[in-house]
Amino acid sequence: MSMSSTELQELARKCRVEIVKMVYRAQAGHPGGSLSEIDLIAALYANYLRVKPGSPDWEDRDRFILSKGHASPGMYAILAEMGFISKQDLESYRVLGGVCQGHVDMKWCPGVDFSAGSLGMGLSFGMGCAISGRLKGSERQIFVMLGDGEIQEGSVWEAAMAAKHHELGNLKVILDRNRIQNDDFCETQMRMFDIPAKWKAFGWSVKEINGHDMDEIVEGLDFLKNTNDNPAILIAHTVKGKGVSYMEDNPSFHGAAPNDEQFAVAMAELGEVVN
Amino acid sequence: MAATRDGYGQALLDLAVNEKVVVLEADLGKSTKSLHFRKQFPERTISCGIGEQNMLLTAAGLASSGFIPFASTFAIFTERAFEQMRNGVARPNLAVHLCGSHGGTHTGTDGSSAQSIEDLAIFRTLPNVVVLHPCDDVSTRLLTIQLADLSQPSYTRTARNKTPVMYDGRESEIEIGKGVVLQEGTDVAIIACGVMVSESMKAAEQLTSQGISATVIDMHTIKPLDEELITKVAKSCGTIVTAEDHNIIGGLGGAVAEFLSSNIPTPLERVGVKDRFGESGQADEMLELMEISSPHIVSAAIRAINRKK
Repeated sequence: MSMSSTELQELARKCRVEIVKMVYRAQAGHPGGSLSEIDLIAALYANYLRVKPGSPDWEDRDRFILSKGHASPGMYAILAEMGFISKQDLESYRVLGGVCQGHVDMKWCPGVDFSAGSLGMGLSFGMGCAISGRLKGSERQIFVMLGDGEIQEGSVWEAAMAAKHHELGNLKVILDRNRIQNDDFCETQMRMFDIPAKWKAFGWSVKEINGHDMDEIVEGLDFLKNTNDNPAILIAHTVKGKGVSYMEDNPSFHGAAPNDEQFAVAMAELGEVVN
Repeated sequence: MAATRDGYGQALLDLAVNEKVVVLEADLGKSTKSLHFRKQFPERTISCGIGEQNMLLTAAGLASSGFIPFASTFAIFTERAFEQMRNGVARPNLAVHLCGSHGGTHTGTDGSSAQSIEDLAIFRTLPNVVVLHPCDDVSTRLLTIQLADLSQPSYTRTARNKTPVMYDGRESEIEIGKGVVLQEGTDVAIIACGVMVSESMKAAEQLTSQGISATVIDMHTIKPLDEELITKVAKSCGTIVTAEDHNIIGGLGGAVAEFLSSNIPTPLERVGVKDRFGESGQADEMLELMEISSPHIVSAAIRAINRKK
């Protein structure tokens, strides 16, 4: 059953609460990029991905590859909502022996298809998954989430070129265009000019949306799902730290945890009652 | 005479009956010899263009989906994708088999940019990764075929130029992780890999004429190291020489030194590239320039014997 936009918004809100809680408990991690990506990921998991939480290794599943692996709290939150892991597991984020490693890891966490943590790697890995699907005659689709700072890595463009060369219509990218990277705004660190034009020039089908508007997200994910004759990218314009006022558009919260006071503010803003 | 890279190419054809086997190339298939597979099985051959980083991770994605990928390029260019091998292949323990051809100074006239002398060292530091450096086309073919059954990744170095065929009738002894005693002696054990195995056999012959009896081992597997065999010859010969066309830092000599010093301290002389870069020259000229050809192994053996108590 497909969720409505309102239901998806509520799902994403619950995930936001868990994201902030995870980073707060660990007093480390990456809230900004988790909050920017979560509306997209929540809608993707709820309405699009062909996966089975009870059998995460089901061979014919769609793949979701979080290439910006530091934004793991976002992925863990939705994996818990979907039932791949328990809510209790979220408490293991960054804890010794925990399934929720600092960066998403396929060896540790059910439902994770790619061990991330080093930027610029997920699209290539996704290419391998896409070729596998083709060789096996499978309908599976491969979704790769990239960060915007991440596409400064040259190897992303090796993969972009190769995916078109091999006409991988089952390979889909969601670009979290939150305009901020580790040290500062992308514009300061490395200007990227016309990102849609770059992907178009590599032969990809391109669509841009507001990555926090659920109706646009659904439209965008429909575009990805239904573009099967060409590799496709959805460029989602997002706000880093979306949903928590002091984190929004603030490079300081790329990789920093809220203190007690900030945590309380975040919970209030996200509509969560904390004892 | 034959080149180890031809053994690799032949092995891919042997493996082709297994439909899970896929081949990845980075525009050097003609050189690494994966081209024979490509010609016969184009649908299972993936051109990655001149993009080694993408190749390694595409292979990882294929491995995660149940395929057995064999990816190759020049040894030196595998190094460009080292972090991909580390984070995308070794860490999740995906059985990607990477082959670096044209390894070592023996590669010759292309010059120092093409002469990888550190590949064995760097890949040996990665958990889960098996590291091979066979000495002839026969063993390369057999070891490559065995790789398809591994549930862990591997790096295999092959060589560009032809070297003597060492295995003729002893093929059944070739097994990943097991060194092969090519000649048994009592005064010194020479442990070699790759193109240096035939040089070591030549050295052993020269030593015989001086009344010295040498064991020669083809240590085609650098990792996991055949510690049992090293222990055995350390005891029986009492002194050891390693020989490799690789930096003396971190390769076969380094691995043997680490093992001996911690377990069975034994005099050791390492013949290898003395922490320097090469230059353009013919293969035999390079071995001479690097002071790793058979006369240098002979001298090292005599030094090693003189160090016995």
